Amino acid sequence: MNLEQFINSSLGRKTVMAATGLFLCVFLVEHLYGNLLLFFNDGGVAFVQYSHDAVHSIIIRSIEVFLFVAILLHIVQATYLTRQNNNARPVKYAVYKVGETSNWFSRNMGITGSLIFFFIVVHLWQFFLPYRITGEIGGEGQMNVAQAVKLAFQNGWYVSLYVVSVAILSFHLNHGFQSAFRSLGLNSRKHAQLLSLAGSFFAFIIVGVGFASFPILFYFGIAGSTI
Amino acid sequence: MNLTLKVWRQKNEKDKGAFVTYQVDGISHEMSFLEMFDVLNERLIQKNEEPIAFDHDCREGICGMCSMFINGRAHGPWTRTTVCQLHMRAFKDGETIVIEPWRAKGFPVLKDLMVDRSAFDRIIAAGGFVSVNTGNPQDANCLPVPKHDADESFSAASCIGCGACVASCKNSSAMLFVAAKVSQLALLPQGQVERKQRALSMVAQMDAEGFGNCTNTGSCEAECPKGVSLTHIARLNREYLMANIAE
Ligand code: SF4
Ligand code: FES
Repeated sequence: MNLEQFINSSLGRKTVMAATGLFLCVFLVEHLYGNLLLFFNDGGVAFVQYSHDAVHSIIIRSIEVFLFVAILLHIVQATYLTRQNNNARPVKYAVYKVGETSNWFSRNMGITGSLIFFFIVVHLWQFFLPYRITGEIGGEGQMNVAQAVKLAFQNGWYVSLYVVSVAILSFHLNHGFQSAFRSLGLNSRKHAQLLSLAGSFFAFIIVGVGFASFPILFYFGIAGSTI
Repeated sequence: MNLTLKVWRQKNEKDKGAFVTYQVDGISHEMSFLEMFDVLNERLIQKNEEPIAFDHDCREGICGMCSMFINGRAHGPWTRTTVCQLHMRAFKDGETIVIEPWRAKGFPVLKDLMVDRSAFDRIIAAGGFVSVNTGNPQDANCLPVPKHDADESFSAASCIGCGACVASCKNSSAMLFVAAKVSQLALLPQGQVERKQRALSMVAQMDAEGFGNCTNTGSCEAECPKGVSLTHIARLNREYLMANIAE
């Protein structure tokens, strides 16, 4: 395989965007599974155990490295492609009704992507950093992860930010999911509609409703009463 | 009908260009958009002014020459229509219509509404052909081609190279055009020999011409006068990936 030629081509870069994007989707499912353990009425034992196992599993730790690499590659390629795209039309149209032929979210993946990145930073700051690095969560004499989640979701600002970010992520994925399949060449006339339906289901129901349920149910005290 | 036209005028490639406003009256709603321009040009010539340069040839929707960005849309407000097939009944009496050339780095403006689309020719020259002489048409069932492949190939082959896909795309991407040309040949027996090299060369040329990258917004498909489908872009990606793996 001529990797250099491939990676430097427009289509090769799109392939990287698609592959990293789908990999991150797989991670979201994994993350969601972990979160769902919070809904067990066991005082958060399963969730704490799961988080503990994840930290001490060599497999999960290696995948974590790939995860950060994937996020980085996704951002680097997106930035490069966006710059090229902006340069591809030096003189703009005076009247450009592009909204009549495509939808806003498909055209502004860079904006939704940047907002999601901002949320990822806040999210890592809130949970990953204190749990994994500084030991402020889960350490000796500190609260455990389940309690940390419950505490965080009592803050209305954080809950709102979380829900809005999940909504933005849903729209990002609604375009990104089926788009990734096309970029990888895995989309035919027969399956196009099915894929776009599957993409919407994944984006809005699995990821959207799935992730937004935690802050909402915790904030209103519907979940987590035993934690 | 009486209309106000704001038309992009540009003397040559170097000129900066600007909009010039024209009042045109006495236009019939049965005229095509290009006929309306013919009327306007006649009047300009009578006044000893320079007529507006615009591309056109067949005037029956099959050559792809007519290229105007009308009121923010490639080929105007109707879908699956070239400018020559756009009729004045698409507009209201008294309306102001803004007309610009295709805008893309790969399509530099030559004069007024005319752009240089030879980038497309160079992409075709890079691989959009079959080198072997396949002779006269074969007997009907001599060379079986599955019906589905034949239909897909034909739908790709309906591309007329107009460039509306590039013009309408927010990234000025030429992916739909290249996808159509690669698909058309990749699906037929004659295209197999050069199949891999074709995908590699045509994509390399597309990139070299300075077109943007596809982000799957779908504007191209919506504006394509021949309804060339995004499915072909998926096939182009597949062809290109496979060709690179095989190399
Ligand atoms: S794909 Fe459609 S819009 Fe693009 S050049 Fe061909 S006919 Fe024109
Ligand atoms: S002039 Fe040939 S397609 Fe319009």
